[in-house]
Amino acid sequence: MDNESTRGHEARVIDLASMHEATIAQLAQALKQRKISSKELTEHFLERIARLDDDLNAFITVTRDAALAQAEAADARLAAGDGTALTGIPIAHKDIFCTEGVKTSCGSRMLDNFISPYDATAVARLKQAGAVMLGKTNMDEFAMGSSNETSFYGPVHNPWDRETVPGGSSGGSAAAVAARLVCGATGTDTGGSIRQPAAFTGLTGIKPTYGRVSRYGMVAFASSLDQAGTLTRTAEDAALMLQSMAGTDERDSTSLPDPVPNFSKALEEPWENLTIGVPDNFFDDGLDPKNAQLVREALSVFERLGARLKDIHLEHLHLSVPVYYVVAPAEASSNLSRFDGVRYGHRAESSGGLTEFYMRTRGEGFGAEVKRRILTGAYVLSAGYYDAYYLQAQKVRQLISQDFARAFEDVDLIAGPTTPTPAFGLGQKVGDPIQMYLNDIYTIGAPLAGLPALSTPCGMVDDLPVGLQLVGPHLSEERLLAAAHRFQRETDWHTRVPPGYVD
Amino acid sequence: MGWEVVIGLEIHAQLATASKIFSGSSTRYGASPNSQASLVDLGYPGVLPVLNREAVRMAIKFGLATGCRISPRSVFARKNYFYPDLPKGYQISQYELPIVYGGRLDILLEDGGTKTIGITRAHLEEDAGKSLHEDFHGLSGIDLNRAGTPLLEIVSEPDLRSAAEAGTYMRTIHTLVRYLGISDGNMQEGSFRCDANVSVRRRGDHRLGTRTELKNLNSFRFVEKAIEVETERQIHLLEDGGVVVQETRLYDADKNDTRTMRIKEEANDYRYFPDPDLLPVVIDDALIEALRGELPELPAAKRNRFVREHDLSEDVASELTATLEMANYFEEALRAQPDVPAKRIANLIQRELTAALNREGLSIDQSKVPPEQLALLAARIEDKTVSSSAANVVFEELWQAGDSGEVDAVIEERGLKQITDTSEIEAWVDEVIAANPEQSEQYRGGKDKVIGFLVGQVMKLSRGQANPQQVNQILQDKLRD
Amino acid sequence: MPLSQEDVEKLCLLARLEITPEELADVAAKLSDIVALVNQLQAADTAGVVPMAHPLDRAQGLRADRVTESDQHERYQRNAPMVERDLYLVPKVIE
Repeated sequence: MDNESTRGHEARVIDLASMHEATIAQLAQALKQRKISSKELTEHFLERIARLDDDLNAFITVTRDAALAQAEAADARLAAGDGTALTGIPIAHKDIFCTEGVKTSCGSRMLDNFISPYDATAVARLKQAGAVMLGKTNMDEFAMGSSNETSFYGPVHNPWDRETVPGGSSGGSAAAVAARLVCGATGTDTGGSIRQPAAFTGLTGIKPTYGRVSRYGMVAFASSLDQAGTLTRTAEDAALMLQSMAGTDERDSTSLPDPVPNFSKALEEPWENLTIGVPDNFFDDGLDPKNAQLVREALSVFERLGARLKDIHLEHLHLSVPVYYVVAPAEASSNLSRFDGVRYGHRAESSGGLTEFYMRTRGEGFGAEVKRRILTGAYVLSAGYYDAYYLQAQKVRQLISQDFARAFEDVDLIAGPTTPTPAFGLGQKVGDPIQMYLNDIYTIGAPLAGLPALSTPCGMVDDLPVGLQLVGPHLSEERLLAAAHRFQRETDWHTRVPPGYVD
Repeated sequence: MGWEVVIGLEIHAQLATASKIFSGSSTRYGASPNSQASLVDLGYPGVLPVLNREAVRMAIKFGLATGCRISPRSVFARKNYFYPDLPKGYQISQYELPIVYGGRLDILLEDGGTKTIGITRAHLEEDAGKSLHEDFHGLSGIDLNRAGTPLLEIVSEPDLRSAAEAGTYMRTIHTLVRYLGISDGNMQEGSFRCDANVSVRRRGDHRLGTRTELKNLNSFRFVEKAIEVETERQIHLLEDGGVVVQETRLYDADKNDTRTMRIKEEANDYRYFPDPDLLPVVIDDALIEALRGELPELPAAKRNRFVREHDLSEDVASELTATLEMANYFEEALRAQPDVPAKRIANLIQRELTAALNREGLSIDQSKVPPEQLALLAARIEDKTVSSSAANVVFEELWQAGDSGEVDAVIEERGLKQITDTSEIEAWVDEVIAANPEQSEQYRGGKDKVIGFLVGQVMKLSRGQANPQQVNQILQDKLRD
Repeated sequence: MPLSQEDVEKLCLLARLEITPEELADVAAKLSDIVALVNQLQAADTAGVVPMAHPLDRAQGLRADRVTESDQHERYQRNAPMVERDLYLVPKVIE
């Protein structure tokens, strides 16, 4: 397999048996030209899921019948010449997005019995575009985690090495796309939950500018940080999916009114010579030297392409983990108060009074990590601690944001590693929350400042993928995607397939 | 014994918007359980609040009407606590940056003077649902129709110094919000609720005593009684050497006392923080000026104008301006008969009309006698076509007739035209004097009071139609001859 | 400053989360670690810095005051664990 997947939309004979190798962009062409049908495509992926997902545990729910019905409808639309680039394309949604009539669990016992009565806006928009949903993917419980080991439904395994984690919290989406069980998947990113799994599984994962995609229907973890995004195999595919998802939503007060540019078109704009800032903060002792090497090589690719690298220093970035672990749990502790066994979700058997009822329901419904974060959140917001923790964290957050803004006066993009190491072993860090939190060290800064960021594969260490992170100023998704796309034309890391998942 | 009570009131007024503050559900009262509870109101996973423009406008109008400062930037905050009628486990309210603050309101005291009460702040928040305690096998039932209804919480400075002042302040706010059209003030339906913070201290002491919060005060009367009874309780407690505990107490109307409310949750640490789902509300001068232009003439101004322009007493003017509807009715009536003294029209409104409305439980909007007819009746009293007592009868006829009632027609049909013909009256007077020699003598002897009896006799003879003033005059003249 | 088990119990009540006596010590230890981590924030000089509640400097949009929702309680209550006569049931609320 060569670089064909990055050379655009040449008419290509799609071998039915290996439809899963094609990108969304290629499949869109094939569907449009009626060389394949959505029904064939959907059945193909459903078969792969049935055959291969047991070992990965990427899916919580597979919606076989609904998918086939959607595929039929997509085929009708395509036949009428009425499709979009996503019509008929099989995708999956992270189980944090509400999907009407379909179980939406957030990876938690608390919502194990919850059938959402409505579609999240992001889901509705992809549906409107004609994408076919194959199911809901596994995730860290309520998006709290960096390894997909906290799910009520069991851990997800990294298709590159099933003894390793796929990353989290969007681990299921990452594993599913990497194993070619779907063409693309939605994810959410609060502290790195799209980018880090993308890095661990060799994918392109993008977290757009805060407010770019509506949060309506996306179960809230940390409201001022959460963003919906995508996990795909190429930047080109990310552009296609993001195009449908993005845009203002009157039901989300925090969604941006700014018009959505044509992301796909931006990919093909002539390459401009960017200045890329490389923060020394990112190349610290915690960074695995092999990862560092690959990232530096990736940066030299950009130089070859005409970019100029510039060393920068982000003064307060070392405080981003403490800031995050105050702000995110604080908001989460409040957001999760609605889970009380009264109107939906898990309800404990309880013969006592109201307080006991709440405590038992929530004690049973939530896992250990979620409980820890709720308690942390309650602590940092409580009387006497609010100023020292929550208020102080929001102030330092302002400083971090200002650091980025200042840096972007001199550089067009900021680049560095996505993660300190490649994927670690299942069970390796689960016993030490702090160790787990430090995984997020490079990815946490961008959400604190609301900035868009993505990860693109830039090499392998011991047969495990390594990601390069690009961060841009507000509303610069075009620039990010174009840079990743350009990089993907020069390299082939993004085309690698985990062994065992080629067929 | 030298004690002073210090009172502050917190009033929650439901704003009269069509939809809820953060969702598009209806706010209509009385709907079947949970039929007006949307996903946002229910606190479903993934939903988000969107702010109702009208709630903001109404809050600003209140601020303008009470001389408050309008925050150019105000913030919504989450008040976190667990309770079944609070679906999200937090209430969206305002904490550090309320939408309006630092205002004042003048209240009329019993002695006729005015007192200025400070308004610390008024802020927007969402109402909770309702717990119904009917026994569902030992469980309570929750109706979330009310959850998300917009509230304006109006907090006064602790400037009130008696239960009566508190009652007056509450009534004044009640009238004001109805004038502004921002709340219907319906206490039975719970759209106007009041909590009172009460403490006592020795006169001359400038420190505030420990206060208790009184809840469950859903009428003007209860507010005053509860405060009185709580004041007594605190004074007795302190005089006996006890200590007032800072707590929430409920007023029991049957026993006329207050009792400790069982604490809902141990430490009320609400962990306020700015709601990340809502952006700061930015209010510019253009909006403020536009809303200022929309303010109606406020109750105090209208009352003062009535006193000045229509030569009415403060009391009468107060009554007439108690509601905007009544003031409008009054002014419409005046316009229909500009030559009739305002007092005459006011009188009919305050007595006959009010009695009829109260009797049938109607509001003045539902009056069966339109202002033009009432004004015409006043004119007929003024031009002596009917006497005051006959007017009563005419009014009742008009009331029964409703839309088709017409003053002159009724007077004609019922033969209620007042008789002012002097010779007719003289004839009756002669008859009565002749028939009542004893009383006549008594009057001539100096017993002035007996004229009333004689006038009454003439009125009887004339079947109430003689003009009483003329009867009185003619009687007196004839008896003195 | 580490959290005691008593501190944790108070937080559990505040957050309505039941944890078992066995879990208590572990949770206290882990929370203490987290607090130690976030204590790093105290070193930062934030004099005069405005706390950031939102990543974007925008103002709240306002919705027109119109009723847009209809009665969907039958559909929504399908998810409810315990409903009777259209009311959500909870252990008795005592006042």
